[in-house]
Amino acid sequence: MRRPTLPLHVIAWIVGAFILIPVVYALLGGFKSTAQLSVNPFGLPDPWVPSNYTEVFTQGSFWRQLWNSTFIALASTVLVVALSALAAFVFARFAFRGREVLFTLFTMGLMFPFAVAILPIFVLLRTFGLLDSPLGVILTQAAFGLPLTILILRGFFRSIPGEIEEAATIDGCSAFGFFWRILLPMARPALATVSVLAIVGSWNNFMLPLVVFSDESGWTLPLGIQQFQGQYSSDTARILAYLVLAMVPALGFYAIAERHLIGGLTAGATKG
Amino acid sequence: MTTLTRGPEATALPAPASPSPGRRRGWVTIALFVLPALVLFLLLVVAPILIAFYASAFKWNGFGGLPTNFIGLDNFTRLFGTEVFGDDVRHLVVLVVLTVVVQLPISLGIAMLLNQRIRGRTLYRLVFFAPYVLSEVITGVLFSLILSPDAGVGNRILGLVGLNSDWLADPDTVMLSLFLVMTWKYFGFHMMIYLAGRQNIPEELIEAAQIDGGTPWRVFWHVTLPLLGPTIRISVFLSVIYTIQLFDLVWILTQGGPSHSSETMAVTMLEFGFKRAQVGYASAISVVMFGLSLVFALAYQRFVMRRDLEGATTRMGDRR
Repeated sequence: MRRPTLPLHVIAWIVGAFILIPVVYALLGGFKSTAQLSVNPFGLPDPWVPSNYTEVFTQGSFWRQLWNSTFIALASTVLVVALSALAAFVFARFAFRGREVLFTLFTMGLMFPFAVAILPIFVLLRTFGLLDSPLGVILTQAAFGLPLTILILRGFFRSIPGEIEEAATIDGCSAFGFFWRILLPMARPALATVSVLAIVGSWNNFMLPLVVFSDESGWTLPLGIQQFQGQYSSDTARILAYLVLAMVPALGFYAIAERHLIGGLTAGATKG
Repeated sequence: MTTLTRGPEATALPAPASPSPGRRRGWVTIALFVLPALVLFLLLVVAPILIAFYASAFKWNGFGGLPTNFIGLDNFTRLFGTEVFGDDVRHLVVLVVLTVVVQLPISLGIAMLLNQRIRGRTLYRLVFFAPYVLSEVITGVLFSLILSPDAGVGNRILGLVGLNSDWLADPDTVMLSLFLVMTWKYFGFHMMIYLAGRQNIPEELIEAAQIDGGTPWRVFWHVTLPLLGPTIRISVFLSVIYTIQLFDLVWILTQGGPSHSSETMAVTMLEFGFKRAQVGYASAISVVMFGLSLVFALAYQRFVMRRDLEGATTRMGDRR
């Protein structure tokens, strides 16, 4: 029963255009001058003006923000995955009084909107002297990443047969030895999934860095973009170039890690 | 929404019978493994939420240790009396209704479309989902330029059919513009969830319905859609929780303006908490957001998601 697929393609093209036109507009707009952009918003640049892009590269701030975003994303991810893996191991494979209560406490975290905690977090970080410090963002992001990461990892750890653990124990493996040498290597796909989720979450986070960093040297890309828009508000083409360059790492990462990202999100949505 | 599946208990320990050296070592291991995560979680997730509750009963500028000027529920009575809070709630309702009535059905339709065997569907999926990985800041700045009255390309296109306007600066259109941007960024996410849910439906069920002579539309309406129920209910749930705390997009696109016509609770909260140093009052707003999320989550699980336990298959059988 084969139906003509042309109407389906037409719909898909329309949706695709809706998605792509803004991005293509930004990409081409970055190659125009702002004056050119306002007389010729749709067409190809004439002449092509590369200076909007090249000037971003020569500005130190873009590279610094790129580095800050990368460092904070990697550090938050390592921290949240390490702590979650340890906790999820116990939740998955140890039976003890209070386990479900503790586990439920963590999973309740999934229901807390992050925004609810932002003011007290600001006050706490100020008390600890962690304002304007990447550590303030890293610790907080890791803390809020725990619920989903533990949930996904526990599910995966549970699916590993008990016989493997028994065999390891009989061979003289300690609990930590089993965790480190057998469970973690076996859980590589799940670890990749939760890492990708944590990286994307950190990379795109705006509210937390916004309140933590007042000094420009700590800014991440989202803060930099917002500030750049304010600074060059009348120079649309220049902002478009900055935006496009800021999209590149995220889209590049998406191209590499697409499978893990989508797998993790759908698993998180159906299990969470 | 978390299902605590009690599968066969995989135990690394003998059943807790009598205290033995082995068992005590177990407790040490458990503590060492769980404590780091627990400490971080208590310190930066649980404590802040408790502090927010506590601070909401005080007049407090956020400085000088814990607040001392206790005013009971005054922050809340003040909040419920303001016009801005009423606006926030109205905007929340508008966005949730638009999402459920427009955005999610479109996502579902596109998911069903991409579930067909059409050439290039992998590429379509990849492109449709891509905006989800861009930050809300990038999305917001991009669309604030596109929708701007002079240089904005979106406005030019709409101008061709006489619909040009100052989309983000006009109180009548700002919510619609905001919703458009949300849809651009998030419909691909819901589409992916629906696709995953659709792939979990055994193909035999669909085929059986087709063999019984169901038209594609009737098969979708009476078989696929009911079986997708749990997935749809989760995507509605995620949308509502997201909308309650919506901040980044609004902050970038409009800062809540013009004159509060697109403001959300999170924007109001940051406005008072950071710009005006009324931390006690702002905490009351965050407590309301927390309460809304909690009440919604519990009610939704109790009354809506409970049906998922009964299983949609039986209902489908009844109908046929």
